[in-house]
Amino acid sequence: MSVTFPKKPASATNAVVAEHPVNTLYIKSTFPEIFRGLGVSMKHFFDNTKEMLKGTRPDPVLERYDEGITCISYPEQKRPYPERFRGIHRLTQREDTSPRCVACLCCSTACPAQCIFIEPGEYPPGDARRGYERFPVKFVIDELRCIFCGYCVEACPCDAIRMDTGRHATPYDSRDQFVYGKDLLLNFPGRDGSHETANPRHEPGDPGHPGLDREHAH
Amino acid sequence: MNLTLLIWTIVKILIVIGFVFNVAALLTWVDRRQSSMIQDRIGPNRAVLKLGKFELRVAGLLHTAADGVKFFFKEDFMPPNADKLLFSLAPILAMTPVLALLAVIPFGDTLCIGDFGKIVPRFGVCDGTQGHGAWAMDLMVAPLNVGLLYVFALAGQGIVGAAIAGWSSDNKFSLMGALRAASQMVSYEVAMGLSLIGAMMIYGTIRLDDMVRWQGDYAWGIFVQPLAFLLFFTAAVAENKRIPFDLPEAESELVSGYFTEYSGMKFGMFYFAEYMEVCTSSMLLVTIFLGGWQLPFLHRDGLTIAFGETVLVHAPMAHWGVALLGVVAFFGKTLVMCSFQAFVRWSLPRFRYDQLMKLGWRVLLPAALANIFVTGLVWVGIDKVGVELSSGLKIAGDVTQAGVAIAITFGVVRLIIGMAGKREHRYSTAGTSAKFAEKLGGSKETPMQA
Repeated sequence: MSVTFPKKPASATNAVVAEHPVNTLYIKSTFPEIFRGLGVSMKHFFDNTKEMLKGTRPDPVLERYDEGITCISYPEQKRPYPERFRGIHRLTQREDTSPRCVACLCCSTACPAQCIFIEPGEYPPGDARRGYERFPVKFVIDELRCIFCGYCVEACPCDAIRMDTGRHATPYDSRDQFVYGKDLLLNFPGRDGSHETANPRHEPGDPGHPGLDREHAH
Repeated sequence: MNLTLLIWTIVKILIVIGFVFNVAALLTWVDRRQSSMIQDRIGPNRAVLKLGKFELRVAGLLHTAADGVKFFFKEDFMPPNADKLLFSLAPILAMTPVLALLAVIPFGDTLCIGDFGKIVPRFGVCDGTQGHGAWAMDLMVAPLNVGLLYVFALAGQGIVGAAIAGWSSDNKFSLMGALRAASQMVSYEVAMGLSLIGAMMIYGTIRLDDMVRWQGDYAWGIFVQPLAFLLFFTAAVAENKRIPFDLPEAESELVSGYFTEYSGMKFGMFYFAEYMEVCTSSMLLVTIFLGGWQLPFLHRDGLTIAFGETVLVHAPMAHWGVALLGVVAFFGKTLVMCSFQAFVRWSLPRFRYDQLMKLGWRVLLPAALANIFVTGLVWVGIDKVGVELSSGLKIAGDVTQAGVAIAITFGVVRLIIGMAGKREHRYSTAGTSAKFAEKLGGSKETPMQA
């Protein structure tokens, strides 16, 4: 007595069975397909040659989904980086061009590559910011060690470090040139050309400020 | 007289060799740029000649020059266990037959020296006996009466260079490539030779210039022997070891086949010989099947548009004009065929080795034999029917000439119309990258010369 297994239901996946090409007489006769292939080559050749000669080839960025040569001739022609591209870091500035950074060391703590070094400094006695916050005496990023993960930007409580310069790491010919100091990082503008950020910042003495800090606590 | 002949022969050699060398160099560029255009790329255009502020790029043509310079300055490496003599001999053996082959290819009609300003008769000789020309000069380096046999003999020598190169390299890949090259070329040599037998039967000669003359008087070989044209073209591509028949140098399997161990100018000679083979095989195709120096309705005495006995237009032309047009037509046709071979190269995938052998022995060879048989039958049939058919055949021949003329005109007009047309491009600002580019006014067109 033969045992019949119940037929399996159709798979729930959306896989499509590929159709095996049938070796018809048309395919076996070879030449029609060869000439069709040559025709495709020639169509591309003549269209593209015409556009190269006339200089009307599609814009490689704005018309990139189109037929034709959409190659980018790199150094002369560039595709802008997308908005959320993580480029070289910059240190944002306050209105008085001093760094927004308060040397809290959050970024260097968060950095998995340990490429950030900060030497914090206290404001002199009498300064309104003394005891309220610190400032970076040194702020150094080794761009060769950096893995461009963006954790420093996430960690920063003051929006002081950002990666929105839209520029990639520049190649140099020695390693120490990749070590970016505070002044250089402060000099990079953001993509909109500004050295500041759109986020507001409380300075000591602001009316919305609770007036608490390390020296005048409670 | 003999000194003049010698000088003229040297001039002819210089013309042919100069043409082939330049076209071979140009073909390396054509291969790169044409493939890039076919594959929607820009292609190499970076080689630059800087003269102060002026930069010369000429659409990437300088890459050819850069190649040459590189070939000369690279280390000429020889494997330690290689056969020194044969290793050095192989590139020469690969290159020489290609050059020697050029000797019998006619690149223009027979010149009537001393009669350039006059109109020469359509038929007849110009040796001074009939009042035309002081003496006649064939526009081929060696007017051999064994024509095609010489071509076959030298085309067969290409195997020797490849085989010796692979053997002497002391490398398994090279040896495999050489074996493949030898067996492939021997196989296709047969089909190539047999495919031309039909043409020889019809033309009634093995002199290449007489073949071209026959084609001018009746019809181009491609209409008389269409199957032979296809077979010969296939076999010629296989003889050149070009894609789709480039198994001897199949780089995915054999590194680069029989010239794996070659570098510097020795490799350059193999590389160059391949492109020269493309050029010479195009020349042979043009000579045997595409009317050589003939243009439709253009004869030695000028333009005569006639169907059978009815003459529509007869415009006599001076001898120098006809001769010049002929030479230009021959070289032009050769260039078109070279370009077509590049199209074939960049359109078709490589065969498997068994497919290659199957194609050679089980398709091309029987087809060539059938072609001979059918040609013979038709020939005998026409002979039996005799005179009644011949005027009809003459008209049919003239119709093919008209067809060629119309096809050329149509092609040129189509090209001009195509050049004038404009392709609309779809604009898309999807993504922030494109939005930034839009703000900048599109990505800048390169300031380079193509």
